[in-house]
Amino acid sequence: MATLTLPVEETKKVVQEQEALITGAEAIAIACKLANVDVVTAYPIRPYDTVMQYMSQLVADGELDCEFIVAEGEHSQFEIVKHASICGARVFCGSSGVGWMYAMEALTVTPALRVPMVAMVGNRALDDPGAFGVEHNDALAVRDLGWLLTWVDSAQEALDTALIAYRVAEDRRMFVPLALSCDGAFLTHSQALVKIPAAEQVNKFLPRYNRGALLLHPDNVISVAPQANEDWVMEIRRQNYAVTERACDVIREVYADFEKTFGRKYGNPFFEEYMTADADVVLLGMGTMSTPVKVAIRKMREEGKKVGFVRLRWFRPFAGPEIAKCLERFKAIGVIDRDFSFGSPNLSGVVATELRSAMYTGATTRPPVLDFICGLGGREVTVPDVEEITKSVFEAAEGKAQPLTQWIGLRG
Amino acid sequence: MTTFVEEKPTQELEAFKGVKKVPHEEYYTSGHRTCQGCESAQIMKLMAKAAGPRTIVLGATGCMYVANTSYYSTPWGVPWMHTQLGSAGSSALGAAAALRVQMRKGVMKDEPINVIAFCGDGGGADMGLNAISATLTHPDYNLLILLYDNESYGNTDIQISGTSPWGVNTSFSTPGKVKRIMHHRWKKNVAALMVAGHPTCKYVGTISTSYPLQAMNNIRKALSIGGPTFIHCLNPCPKGWDFDPVLSFQLGELAVDTGLWPLYEVENGKLKLYGKTEKIANGKFKRLPVREYLLKQGRFAHFEEEDIQFFQSKVDEMWEKWLIPGVIPLQKDVNDNPPAL
Repeated sequence: MATLTLPVEETKKVVQEQEALITGAEAIAIACKLANVDVVTAYPIRPYDTVMQYMSQLVADGELDCEFIVAEGEHSQFEIVKHASICGARVFCGSSGVGWMYAMEALTVTPALRVPMVAMVGNRALDDPGAFGVEHNDALAVRDLGWLLTWVDSAQEALDTALIAYRVAEDRRMFVPLALSCDGAFLTHSQALVKIPAAEQVNKFLPRYNRGALLLHPDNVISVAPQANEDWVMEIRRQNYAVTERACDVIREVYADFEKTFGRKYGNPFFEEYMTADADVVLLGMGTMSTPVKVAIRKMREEGKKVGFVRLRWFRPFAGPEIAKCLERFKAIGVIDRDFSFGSPNLSGVVATELRSAMYTGATTRPPVLDFICGLGGREVTVPDVEEITKSVFEAAEGKAQPLTQWIGLRG
Repeated sequence: MTTFVEEKPTQELEAFKGVKKVPHEEYYTSGHRTCQGCESAQIMKLMAKAAGPRTIVLGATGCMYVANTSYYSTPWGVPWMHTQLGSAGSSALGAAAALRVQMRKGVMKDEPINVIAFCGDGGGADMGLNAISATLTHPDYNLLILLYDNESYGNTDIQISGTSPWGVNTSFSTPGKVKRIMHHRWKKNVAALMVAGHPTCKYVGTISTSYPLQAMNNIRKALSIGGPTFIHCLNPCPKGWDFDPVLSFQLGELAVDTGLWPLYEVENGKLKLYGKTEKIANGKFKRLPVREYLLKQGRFAHFEEEDIQFFQSKVDEMWEKWLIPGVIPLQKDVNDNPPAL
């Protein structure tokens, strides 16, 4: 199964690389160790918190030298690392679901402070009612604030993307926080064989974080974030906007360097294409739903249905023109949203709404973009779900009117 | 015996021996736009002077952010950063942790750097209490949290905070036709709360800007002793308390002389009252009636005689009934029996 979900193509054999059977959360903890992070803050909430259990063990075993601070809530958790980063430290923290929302004030102020914090989000449904399982609304809540947002679908990709995350966030052209999203349970707690790069390679790929003239230190007497009001706030917002203008180029550069250093190739950094070459219609989604979707696609291919899959890796930046260019050749597109956006245009999920916007300006054709809300609250996206979705997409491709938003896999 | 704490040396800041020995250098200077007679700005100046140049200051939202630090006209001569209203505790912790780890890894020059986070009463006694409490339990980090208390949310039009005095007129507790007293909660006993709740914290104290030399020396002591420390400072506020700015200094003194604002420090668990408070405790100075303090302020102008008497009775209780007068509000068992074990 591991090879099924890995979009990774080995381009060269790397010495000293080790292989281990680990979970997605453990893979990220190992990446943090390799990145030699300085300050880590933890607070318990499932499912992200397993990463902090591994971090704690790494510190106890002397494998990682960092300040490991257990905070008294998520707000403090994110505020502690925010200030540590401004004082020059490489930082790591994370959360899930309502814990992420409890930190929201801290999350809001971090991009404008130009803090390259890397946070893991173990995606979890927002209470109430209680649910531990995956939903993407937690991480998506910061999509307008200047955070970079990426979704991974395997433990290997989690480890690799964590290294990439530090390199991208700490690039002086960026200096913004980055949330690395992992589907709760399906990725955080599922084991797979992961190739672990050698520390020397990581050191080569990831230079020490250098805050330069923005460092808060007695040798650099600066005042950070004074009251700016209408005089300057707009110009400061424009600087964050400029980061998003540069983001795609920086990410491309970093992936190219990653491939050169570690010999693992991800192709297009922004999205993965699966069996799209001859496809008539495609499905599109983020995260670990890729596994059942790919299984279903292989099954449907045997039945002669030409369907492919596009898995978005980066939601922020949203590589709009590239995605539109990729999708304009298909007869219909089915977006699987593991999230909701109540009251949005067409009452669709977040990904479908964003994608329609990207297609409107970036595509030369107008294929129907259908939305399917599926797999909320940790419910599985099943192979029959995907088949049902695909049936509707094919009907849209044939010109039969379909609802723009459908809920799939509901009981009763 | 191992303490499991990796102590890092602090700066050794000796007490200033007299006002003439205080250095001329200022690290909080012009550029702010606080009100005339603002004692909160005064403690910023004293705090920065006491700490000196090798200091990082983190300031939670409040008057001392909004009125203090306008873009392009910062008054700070040491590195300063705004932090969120409830983040004084976590900001100091984050900064201290970053310094410590980078010095250990050899990527930053190893030297003692003061880390001070300040907050107002809203940021310290209300929203930020959680984070401050957590921070005071971390023995590994050298830092000071200074709460400047003007007894209201002074920057947002004067509203009740957890340290506003009983009965006060604020924009959230304006006397009306039916209710004269809209605020009937007693002021939080913040410093003692920090003392009782954080047994490993080496220094907690109260200060007043009316005794500037003492205030600076207590700040220097808190910065030198090691670990996380906490100071609570009372700051008369002409705008919020509604008095002539010329009275700022006198009101600070009256708060102490009436017994309302006890001055004390708890150093390594040992309580020491100082100044007039010490004299009140050992009978060498008779507390002044609170009436003299209350009636100088417009925020109590709606008080009637019974309100003043109630206020006085609560202050009397502090000194006559509390287990540790003026500090710890536990009362002795009525029969003076020790609690059953």
